Amino acid sequence: MIEREYDVVIIGSGAGGGTVAQELAPLVRDGKRVVVLEQGPKLEDHEFTGRELEMSSELYEEGGGVLTADGSMTLAFGRQYGGSTVVYTGTSLVAPARVIRRWSVPGLEFGDVERRSQKYMTQNSVHYLPRVLINENNKLFAEGCARAGFHAEQFPLNLSGCKGSSLCNLGCPNAAKMGTNRVQLPNAESQGVEVVTRAEVTRLEERAAIVRVTEKVAGRKGLPSSWAPGEYRVKARTIVLAAGAIGTPALLLRSSVTSRINDVGRGFTCHPAHILVAEHDRPITNDVGHPKSYFLDRAADEGFVLETCMYFPFVTAKNLTGFGEEHARFMRRFPRLQMILVLACDGAVPQNRVTVDRAGKPVVHYSFTPPVVKSFVAATRAAARIFFAAGALRVHAPEANPPAIDRRDSYRVDDLITEEHFLPGRVSISAAHLMGGCGMGRGGTSVTDSRGRIAGFPWLRVADASLFPDSLEINPYLTIMALADRVAEGVRNELGNLAQVTDVA
Amino acid sequence: MSSAAATPAATLEPVRPTFRAIAMSVVPELSSADAKEWSEIESEIERALADRPQAMRRQLVSFVRLLDWWSRLRYGRRLTKLDAVKRMELLELIERHRVPLLRRGMWGLRTLVFLGYYTRPDVALFIGYQAHRDGWSARPEARRERPSATPQDVGIVYKRPPA
Repeated sequence: MIEREYDVVIIGSGAGGGTVAQELAPLVRDGKRVVVLEQGPKLEDHEFTGRELEMSSELYEEGGGVLTADGSMTLAFGRQYGGSTVVYTGTSLVAPARVIRRWSVPGLEFGDVERRSQKYMTQNSVHYLPRVLINENNKLFAEGCARAGFHAEQFPLNLSGCKGSSLCNLGCPNAAKMGTNRVQLPNAESQGVEVVTRAEVTRLEERAAIVRVTEKVAGRKGLPSSWAPGEYRVKARTIVLAAGAIGTPALLLRSSVTSRINDVGRGFTCHPAHILVAEHDRPITNDVGHPKSYFLDRAADEGFVLETCMYFPFVTAKNLTGFGEEHARFMRRFPRLQMILVLACDGAVPQNRVTVDRAGKPVVHYSFTPPVVKSFVAATRAAARIFFAAGALRVHAPEANPPAIDRRDSYRVDDLITEEHFLPGRVSISAAHLMGGCGMGRGGTSVTDSRGRIAGFPWLRVADASLFPDSLEINPYLTIMALADRVAEGVRNELGNLAQVTDVA
Repeated sequence: MSSAAATPAATLEPVRPTFRAIAMSVVPELSSADAKEWSEIESEIERALADRPQAMRRQLVSFVRLLDWWSRLRYGRRLTKLDAVKRMELLELIERHRVPLLRRGMWGLRTLVFLGYYTRPDVALFIGYQAHRDGWSARPEARRERPSATPQDVGIVYKRPPA
């Protein structure tokens, strides 16, 4: 086994790891050695083609179709230089004050989260798209909300030079989305932080990570790793875990040195989601322009959030309930389709958790609680009303049987969309907002404190979405960055006694 | 993970006729697929399956066989010999079955068929999906929506969320 030694090892390069890498970069100037270990490859700009199967296979773990233990939900998360920030849509929301208060994490104040979030909004060029760049799929949502008595809000987005390819979830082919692959990691590397790709951390030892570096497979995308293929023991004074809400708990659980930490893997939440589509009487602009401009926040009132969205043919087909002629008819009307993503705000419950199997592979146990099913039904009814208010002819609602609801039945939405039709395994549910598993301090059930420290492990920190003690109820990446910034500040002060905040233009 | 370079395994081989009969119910357009199209569709599915655990591939084959047996018990004929209406009736029965395992099996099977069919460039063309990396500038018919200026940032906007 090849031995390497660093002051800081960061595991993962997404919103958490990328942030920590940038914030610790000033330590390199003072002679400290910092390395980021990323399991996936680094793709070159020309390799982002926007082709559905090709890109989802390259950018997502298991192509975006990681199944939960009982097979009733798929989980999507990125696995490359930049992690999931390469495949999100760039929606940049500050955590709601009510959520941070409800978390009740000692030492974590909303004002601090807000201040740090704003720092990354500035860094990542967050702004509202001008109305002229918003397509009809999005405008119809805002109009439908207004007519149905709801208030849609516009998403702030972290874009620079967006051409409106609509391919955000397949990795922007125009390098216009300001993920950590575009901002924080290049900043860190320019200051001397090493980023090693194709480097999977198989387990932790006391102040060390055991790493397997793999060779590039012929025919696949991405640059080769900067390290030669092989097994490494990478020693470090501090190890920062930022492998995500599945990867981080799984790594702790399969490493004998950390496997006895209480409650690791518990408190997993994910905003389970499904899409609804509606058919209009004419083609609308839907597969051109940024896909996600508006949202309707009903989290505090009814436990759901609706977002505009537009997916690709296979993902759309997969997400519609059923099959056969009715399904195919919706697909053949693709240019006339409007889409809404329904997200349920799922509270942390004991049965939903991450474990590992005998081989150390993560297993996500998840079941839909009655409040979540209720939220799905309420959300689907609201979405159906919005579609019809926007002029749709037919709505495809997963919680109806049959799923297609004709305009003439729009007044019966509450009767047609019911909990009895929410059949896990039939309705396509997926999740991309993976949270929890190493929850911050709430007394007995917490794994970490508000700075990502784990009691009894002074060399270990957590800096990703696994820190969330409960659902965030909005898109999480900005909050992950804010929390990772706090973690990095702690490490920086401890190792370098440096108080300054990185100055990034 | 699927790979363009990988040689597809032959998971579907033992149940190919039954699988195709199911696929034609899942995507009616497949009823007119020729041998070349079937081969391409099944190759894509095989590539996706090749990255899944061996146990899952075995389960898929067992599930297709189970559907065939179900057809024999219910209708006295193999699934491949059922007319389109009865085939659909059987598959919908499974899709809504009270046993979650059966529902999930049907979901997985239909998802594979969708993967093989809806990722094809000719199908994207057929259904009218036109997304292009150049976005607005590649869509002359949508240009009336496009601004005359190049899209630029309009400044940082942040409103404090309500308490």
